[in-house]
Amino acid sequence: MRGLGARRFALLALGLFLVAAAATIMSAFMVPEGESFDLAVALSDPESTARLQWDLLWPRILNGLLVGAVLGASGAALQGLLRNPLADPFILGVSGGAALGASAVAILGWGALMTEAVGGFVGAFLALALVTTMATRQGRLRPLDVLLIGVIFNAFAGALLMLLQSLGSSDAVHRVLLRLMGSLATDPSQPLILPVALGGLSILMVSLVWHARALNVMALGDTTAQSLGIAPDRVRGWLFFTISLAVGAVVATAGMIGFVGLVVPHVVRMIFGPDHRVLVIASALLGGAFVVLADGCVRLLSESLLTELPVGVVTALIGGPMFIWLLRRSEGEAWS
Amino acid sequence: MELDRVGIDVREIGFRFGERQILRGISFEARAGEVLGILGPNGAGKSTLLRLLAGLLEGDAGTISLGGQALAQQTPAERAKITAFVMPVQSVPFAFSAREIVLMGRHPRLSHRWLDASVDLAVVEGAMERMDVADLGDRLFSRLSQGEQQRVLLARALAQQTPIVLMDEPTSHLDPAHALAVARLCRDLAREGRTVVSVFHDLNLAARASDRLLFLKDGVVAALGPSDEVLTAPILKEVYGIDARRVEGPTPQVLLEEP
Repeated sequence: MRGLGARRFALLALGLFLVAAAATIMSAFMVPEGESFDLAVALSDPESTARLQWDLLWPRILNGLLVGAVLGASGAALQGLLRNPLADPFILGVSGGAALGASAVAILGWGALMTEAVGGFVGAFLALALVTTMATRQGRLRPLDVLLIGVIFNAFAGALLMLLQSLGSSDAVHRVLLRLMGSLATDPSQPLILPVALGGLSILMVSLVWHARALNVMALGDTTAQSLGIAPDRVRGWLFFTISLAVGAVVATAGMIGFVGLVVPHVVRMIFGPDHRVLVIASALLGGAFVVLADGCVRLLSESLLTELPVGVVTALIGGPMFIWLLRRSEGEAWS
Repeated sequence: MELDRVGIDVREIGFRFGERQILRGISFEARAGEVLGILGPNGAGKSTLLRLLAGLLEGDAGTISLGGQALAQQTPAERAKITAFVMPVQSVPFAFSAREIVLMGRHPRLSHRWLDASVDLAVVEGAMERMDVADLGDRLFSRLSQGEQQRVLLARALAQQTPIVLMDEPTSHLDPAHALAVARLCRDLAREGRTVVSVFHDLNLAARASDRLLFLKDGVVAALGPSDEVLTAPILKEVYGIDARRVEGPTPQVLLEEP
C-alpha cells in the first residue's frame, strides 16, 4: 500500500486513457463504410447524419461504461468478500437471479423499465441471499460452497427462465430473450435506462470505496477481520445488498454479460496488486473499457455477419480463454 | 508511547460448543504489566479461552472485563483498539505483501480513510523492525516461510498499539533464536505496561516468557501461579501425565523423562 498516492494517478490516467481509446475506436466502427464521422459536425448541426449517428452512439458508450463498471467492481468485491478468486456476479448466480426477477416482471405483464429494474434487483438479492445462506454452516460462510451452490443455482435459474418463457406470451418472451442475451443499445423510448444504471453504479462505488480497507482485511478471513474491529457479517450484508442493487439494475437494462466481473479484477490485480482501495476503482474503469471495446467488436462484426451479436458473446469469447490463461499462469499459488 | 494500563478480569467463564462443555468456571486475572502464559494438553480449551478474551467468541456463563469495562458491551471497533490478537498462521488467498499485512493492524485507527497517514506507515515500519521482518516488506506474504509469516503477524499485532496483546502459540513455527526473541518480546511488552496473555506449547519457553502460568485441563483451571511455583513435576504429571525433572536456574526449566 506504500506509494498509493503516486499509483493512484497512474491508475486514473491509464483507466481514462483506455476508456477514451475504447470509445474512439467504437465510434469509428459505428460509421458505415464510405461515410465519415465528424464529431464537430455532429455537435454543431442537429440536422446532420453525423448527429443522428452521435445520438445513437453516446448513450451506447455510456451504457457500456456503466454496465462494465458495475460488473468489474462487483467481481472485485465479491472475490475479496468470499475469499475466492472465482467469484463473480455471473458465476454466483446474481446475474441469473436478476434475469429471473426482471423476466418474471416482464412476462407477468407488469413490464416497464422501472419495474423490471426493481425485479432484477429483488431477483439478484434473493439469489445472493439464498446462495450465501445455503453455503453457511455453523455460522461460517464456506467460500467453496458458495461457488458450488452458485453454479447449481445458475443452472436452476436457467431452467426457470425457460419455463417462464414457455409460459409467457410470445411478444414478451422475445423481448426478454433479446434483453437477456445482452445488448447495450438503448431504446429512446426508455429514457430511464442510463439513470438507473448510473444510480446503481454510484451507490455501489460509494459503499465499496468506503469499505475498501475492510475488504482488504476480510480477504484474510472473518476471524482476522473481527480481531481488527470489523463486523464481517454486517459489512458483507451491506455490500451484498449494494452489489445486488447495481447488478440487478444493469442486468435489467443490458442483460447477462458474463466474464467481465471474473477476468477484469484479475488483470487489475496483476497490475496494481490486491489492495481493494485501488482494485475496486480500477476494476470499474477497466470493466467499463472492456465492455465498450467488446461492444465495438459487436458493431464491427455486425457489418460482416449482417446480424448483431449479443455483447455477452464477445465478452465470453475474449474473457474465457483469458481466464484460463490467468489460471494456468498462477500455478496454484496465491492469485496476483 | 503512552499506553493505558488495561488489565483483564475473568470471572466464572464457561463455554459450550454444541453438546460439549469446552470451558467451565474459569476465573483469573491478568494484570497490566504482566505476562500470563496459558498451558495445557491438546483440546484443553486454550485457544477457546484466548478467543473468548479477544471477543471472537461469546461465553455462555460468567463475565470478562477489560480495564473494568465488560467485554460484551464493547463494539468490535472499540475492542480492536484495546486488544490485539495474534492467531496461528493461516493461508492468504491474495497476493498481499508482508507490509500490506502489517498495515492492516492499523485498520482500527484508519478504518474508512482512503490514504495512509505517514504516522501509520512509521508505526508499521517500527513494528516490522522489531519483529526482524523489515527486509521482507515487499515480499508476498504467501511466499514467506511459516516462521516468517508468524513474525509478520506478530508485527501486525504490534502495529495495532494496544494495551492488551493476546497470542495463540506465537512460536509454533519459529526457530530457537526467534522463539527466544518472542519470549523477550513478551517481557518487553509487559515492561511497557501492557497485558500479555499467550498460549504456549513449550513449557520452558512459557516459563521464560511469563510471570505467571495458568494450566488448563479438561476445560478447568488445573493450576495457576508464578512460573517458579507451578512449573513443578507433580503439576506436570497431573496436567499432562508426564514425568519431568526440574532444573533450577534464573528461570526454572524442566526436562522430560522417559516413563
